[in-house]
Amino acid sequence: METFFGNPLNLLVMLPLFSAVIVAVLPKGLDALARWTALGLSLIPMVISIGLFYAVNSTAPDASGYWFEYTAEWFPQIGAGWHMGVDGISVTMILLTGILTPLSILIAFEHDENPRAILALILFLQMAMFGVFSALDMVVFFIFYEIGLVPMYFIINQWGGANRRYASNKFFIYTMAASLGMLLAMQLIAFSVGNEVNGGTPIFDVPTWLEVWPNYAYDPTTGGGQILGFDAGGVKYLAFLGFFTAFALKIPVFPFHTWLPDAHTEAPTAGSMLLAGVLLKQGAYGFIRFVIPLFPDVVAREFVPTIPFTGVQLEFLPLQFAEIIAFLAMLGIVLGAFSAWAQDDFKKLVAYSSVNHMGFVVMGLAVMAAVYSTLWAASAGRYALAVETAGEKLVDEDVILYGDLAAANYNFTAFNIPIEQMPQVEREALAQEKFKAIVADRIGGPTGTIQDANVALNGAILQMFNHGLSAAGMFLLVGGLYHKAHTRDLRRFGGLWHIIPAYGAFLVFTSMASLGLPGLNGFTGEWLIVAGSFRIFPVMILLSMIGLLMTGAYILKGLQKVLHGPLNQEWKAYHEHHHSLEIDLREVIALSPLVVLMLITGIYPNWILPVIDGTVTDMLLAFGIN
Amino acid sequence: MDINWLDANYLPWLIPVPPLFSFLLIILVLGRYKILSAVVATSSVFLSFLMAWPLFFKAALFTEDFGFRDGVYRVFGSHITWMDLGYQQFKMGVTVDPLTTTLLFMVPLAMLMIFIYSIGYMRAYPENDPHQIRFSRFFAYLSLFAGAMLTLVVADNLLLLFMGWEVMGLCSYLLIGFLFEKKSAYQAAVKAFMTTRIADVFFLVGIGYLFAETGSLSYRDILYNEAVLERLGNSDLTGFLGLSAAAIIGTLIVIGTIGKAAQFPLHVWLPDAMEGPTPVSAMIHAAAMVSAGVYLVIRFFPLLEAGGNPHHAEYTLPLIVMGVLGSVTALGGGFLGIAQNDIKRVLAYSTISQLGFMVAALGIGAYVAAAFHLITHAFFKALLFMCSGAVIHAMEHGEHHLHEMGHDDAIPHRVQPGEATPYGTDYIGPHGEAPNDLEWQPTVPAGIDLSFVAVPNDMRLMGGLFNRIPVTALTMLAGSLSLAGFPILSAGFWSKDEILADALLFITEPSAFEGHGAPWLHILVFFSLFFAAMMTAFYTTRMWIMTFAGTPRSEIAKYATLKHEHHHHEHEHDHHHDAHAVVPHDAHEHEAEEENRFSWERFKAWWSVYSNSALMQGPLVVLAFFAIFAGFVGMHPNFPILNILTGGNGASGGTNYFYNLVSDTLIHLPPKPPFATEGSIKIPLPLLSSLTAFFVGAGLGYMVYGVPIEAGEKDRSEAFFGSQLWTAMQNRLYIDTFYLRTFYVPFEWFARKISYQAIDKETIDEFLHTVADTMVSIGEALKMLNRVVIDGVGDGIPSLIASAGRYFRNIQSGSIQQYLLFSSGILLLIVVGFLLIV
Repeated sequence: METFFGNPLNLLVMLPLFSAVIVAVLPKGLDALARWTALGLSLIPMVISIGLFYAVNSTAPDASGYWFEYTAEWFPQIGAGWHMGVDGISVTMILLTGILTPLSILIAFEHDENPRAILALILFLQMAMFGVFSALDMVVFFIFYEIGLVPMYFIINQWGGANRRYASNKFFIYTMAASLGMLLAMQLIAFSVGNEVNGGTPIFDVPTWLEVWPNYAYDPTTGGGQILGFDAGGVKYLAFLGFFTAFALKIPVFPFHTWLPDAHTEAPTAGSMLLAGVLLKQGAYGFIRFVIPLFPDVVAREFVPTIPFTGVQLEFLPLQFAEIIAFLAMLGIVLGAFSAWAQDDFKKLVAYSSVNHMGFVVMGLAVMAAVYSTLWAASAGRYALAVETAGEKLVDEDVILYGDLAAANYNFTAFNIPIEQMPQVEREALAQEKFKAIVADRIGGPTGTIQDANVALNGAILQMFNHGLSAAGMFLLVGGLYHKAHTRDLRRFGGLWHIIPAYGAFLVFTSMASLGLPGLNGFTGEWLIVAGSFRIFPVMILLSMIGLLMTGAYILKGLQKVLHGPLNQEWKAYHEHHHSLEIDLREVIALSPLVVLMLITGIYPNWILPVIDGTVTDMLLAFGIN
Repeated sequence: MDINWLDANYLPWLIPVPPLFSFLLIILVLGRYKILSAVVATSSVFLSFLMAWPLFFKAALFTEDFGFRDGVYRVFGSHITWMDLGYQQFKMGVTVDPLTTTLLFMVPLAMLMIFIYSIGYMRAYPENDPHQIRFSRFFAYLSLFAGAMLTLVVADNLLLLFMGWEVMGLCSYLLIGFLFEKKSAYQAAVKAFMTTRIADVFFLVGIGYLFAETGSLSYRDILYNEAVLERLGNSDLTGFLGLSAAAIIGTLIVIGTIGKAAQFPLHVWLPDAMEGPTPVSAMIHAAAMVSAGVYLVIRFFPLLEAGGNPHHAEYTLPLIVMGVLGSVTALGGGFLGIAQNDIKRVLAYSTISQLGFMVAALGIGAYVAAAFHLITHAFFKALLFMCSGAVIHAMEHGEHHLHEMGHDDAIPHRVQPGEATPYGTDYIGPHGEAPNDLEWQPTVPAGIDLSFVAVPNDMRLMGGLFNRIPVTALTMLAGSLSLAGFPILSAGFWSKDEILADALLFITEPSAFEGHGAPWLHILVFFSLFFAAMMTAFYTTRMWIMTFAGTPRSEIAKYATLKHEHHHHEHEHDHHHDAHAVVPHDAHEHEAEEENRFSWERFKAWWSVYSNSALMQGPLVVLAFFAIFAGFVGMHPNFPILNILTGGNGASGGTNYFYNLVSDTLIHLPPKPPFATEGSIKIPLPLLSSLTAFFVGAGLGYMVYGVPIEAGEKDRSEAFFGSQLWTAMQNRLYIDTFYLRTFYVPFEWFARKISYQAIDKETIDEFLHTVADTMVSIGEALKMLNRVVIDGVGDGIPSLIASAGRYFRNIQSGSIQQYLLFSSGILLLIVVGFLLIV
């Protein structure tokens, strides 16, 4: 048994905590010491995270499919254990966290008001972020997930802009409230899974959940089951909604996104960098790790939407949850871009760009959801469901459509949700044949649907990483200008390129990365998502292209309003006599690693992609359908 | 790894590297050293040139069985794994195949000329001019542009092509907006970027779909694989409007070209792109960006025609789109070119029109002719743009000269509408935070006067420049004749002739179409291009005569020159001496015996005066050579008499070298259009039509403008078209204004009023605030309940509950620890309750 600190993940999680304590207890008045200590201490986890990444890149995982797995007894009374481990997806996020934290600490140097506190909070936040990405136990995950809100709340509330109280409260309460459903759903799953495998003691171990829960209370011969006396389908649906809401709000998925522009805009630069760079990714990570693998049946199931309060069912519009996610992704992409374009506040413009860019991530997740659930349904012997999600309906007259059957027998009146009932065994057999035909035609192989999902999911994770780089860079630049000019109003800038050429060059570069210029990082992810989604959600992708077009519009708006045009003489005087507006050395040092990574990822994405791809491929091919 | 980088399989990797490296070097290190930057940039392109040309000769001339022959695709190239994606590995690589070689010949040469020219062009600006201030940056952008174009040329897959394509888009944005203090410049830059981006997002979807459907983007895998083409051309695959995957992908690719190659209806950015410095125009409109647009469709022609065959009048959707839009563009561009008074804008419209020729030609399957016209057009259009730059520079010099002489009254004063307030036009608000951003009101921009012409560009103020800048005048004559299609001694003649010959196949080879339906697209394309060619000859004649012939129509034109007259600052008294005699006469006489001896001093004296002139006009001479003679490689094998030059016997048996080279890029050899009609009377109809187009167009031009117009005279064509149509033509038929009102204004309204205000602020946030307010009200109500109902019960309990009430109240105050306590308490209650119930 290795020691606790012998495991790099434990070390990674605990080091920032110690660092935070050290920085916090440094004597008052030694601000410079506190700053350099914080920076130095944050470099250690960075080195560890880089080491982890290369270890994952070059070695094979443990038998369980994870690297550096570590289990210890922690809270047996409630069934929670200390279970850590990473795979290719989480290690990518850990790498991102490890790189961004020192840079954001370097930017936090600019705060003269109580610097020890903000530095300690950033380090504390780093612990929470590492914890989220390495926890394999739901309770541990949840604690880290929620505890990360606290430092961010204080960072916004204490060091933020003019409207910081509103923004921080909105951020905190909204996020917290959305997690409540997940907390309940967690309990439910833990008890149910515990009943199944742990003799009644709840269990929060995520790998165990992934094995047990999707099939829990599902009886292939009867097609249904019961959880706690309720119909299993309805309960799972509610549990799904709890998870979905929590993570959708975090990403954020439209229409849960309105906290983001406020929080990002009001947060200090260092806070915005981590908020946009890492915290948003926790939502998408939650989708990949929990929402889709835990609830493939819910994601796949088709239901007929009902107009609230009237009971009118829109039977011409049967929907799957994957389709809804894709629809919301499209709205995020398009409306996020439009809203960004509408801004006159530079930082808010960049904040809205996150809604736009994360919309592409959500689109990739929607593709994963659609395909993953199909594969799961087929592997679980639920071929009628699989056939449906594969996009082809059973049309034989004597085979009752799965969705119709569900609607006919639905009995869960309290929540007005169609519940699946007993597809007969022979119908499943028929569907099985049909499904195999579809597989032969479309699903497997290098140009099949699984490959689409593989491409889209790779793209989504790459986009998460890329957005972390470019959003952090954009916030750094916008925040730097704000810090010096004390305004973010685009209408007041103009022609600044005359006096701040280096800043202009960095801004153009980072904006282009954010815009998705091929050759820089943003493009690789976006393109993979578009390529993987087109055959699955063609209409949504085509509509999203309006958003991609408007991405150009708002990026160019930002560039033009700041850099182009005749030089505003007011700024010239300000620049020469009051405070230089040019980017300073500290900011250049903080930005340079991002710039280099943006360029390298754009030119040769395969330095990071194999790590992601390994896990993605395992995930999609685990069902043995190819 | 042991790689011989000079091997033809690996050398293509290196070709784009020097300019890209030069970009980094200038941006990071050399920013302050102007001439060094220019020299580094130019040398980098020269290095690329030194790699590209030997590769061209090796591949095109000295390699047996180069290209697709006998079912085998033999090309140079290599690739690496760029992305690991499950079942697939995305390979990124380079290739040199016959089509690539043609660009490898043209692009580096044209670019080298543009770079050399740019040095002279940029140096000729006065010291405090923005051109001088951002001198190094100009060469950095130009280098990046060159690197991107060369990347696109050597790419072996669509994605790498797209990368070069988009980086060029960025460069064109940066270069068009090079004078970013000018509103017209940065607006033109944004317009160019956004207009092409409309097309590019569709193109991107096309790339994505192609990748999903085939699992690859490599030319080799897709375009030289009949099984793949057949699968994509099979209309059962998509079930979308009965279209095949190839038709959908092809149309999306064609849309990309429509944006990049400025085809109707996305042509609007190109005339505005003239805001960039003139070498940029040459770069964008000849050697690089727009050529790339046409190169894309030429490259993907096998996919575009998959499922059909234009040579049997089976037109696929992408081909129809190209044929129709190309025809419209060729005609419309030619038509608008007639009415322009800005010399660069004439060339801009001629570019639009000529690109329309290529696109339309490809629509009817004239693969080789389109590629040929692409190459010849690049040469003569680069030449023409650079000549126009020289003309403008000469005019600016005249303007400067008048200014130095104190004759400012002789310079017409023109201010571009919407230009110039010191704070920009939309400066609002006090110092401090942004004003309430919800107060925005939509404003419909007033009609924009697009007929504005800057003084040095205005052909109405020129005239008689032949005597001032003879080299430019002669080289521009070569370029103009090539553009107009002057018979035999111009490259443009041969390529245009070949396009018309292909379009005339429905007459010269009717047997091919029998039983296959009407060749309507051929007919449409032929007549459009025929009339477009006529208009081309007309406006080209007008342009050259207005610029160079006759006598100067303004004071500016009288003093136009390319020589560097730095004596003005040194000898203020010496204003009125002859501009030619910069080197004093007596010095000439004294050193007459040394006339033929080279001395460093003499060279320096000469260089200080003539350097810019030489740097600018030297490249013109080189390009003029190609503009005159490059066409012979594509001569029809049966061209009478002249085919002796290509190994024929004077009547037949010549060689069309260009056809022989490029046709090997296709699996199925494209048809060779016959020289004359079938039957007993052989009429050389294609030749006749191109001769007619030239002589009618140029003849009309000479008839109208042969006697040069006088200063202040109305344009003679205006009477013909009527002043209303003439104004409309100068305002680009109001298409730009239409777009502005129909798209830009509603989009901005939607962004501000709907997307941000109505949805985000007034619906979602309003809902959240309502929920929050409700919660607070509930808390208040509970507090009231405490006070009214329970207060009377006892003393211990009320105080406890009152403190609970404070918790509720504190939600408002945002005290977070209490909120935490509160919410965890509630949570605990819910959980416990849930467990109890269950």
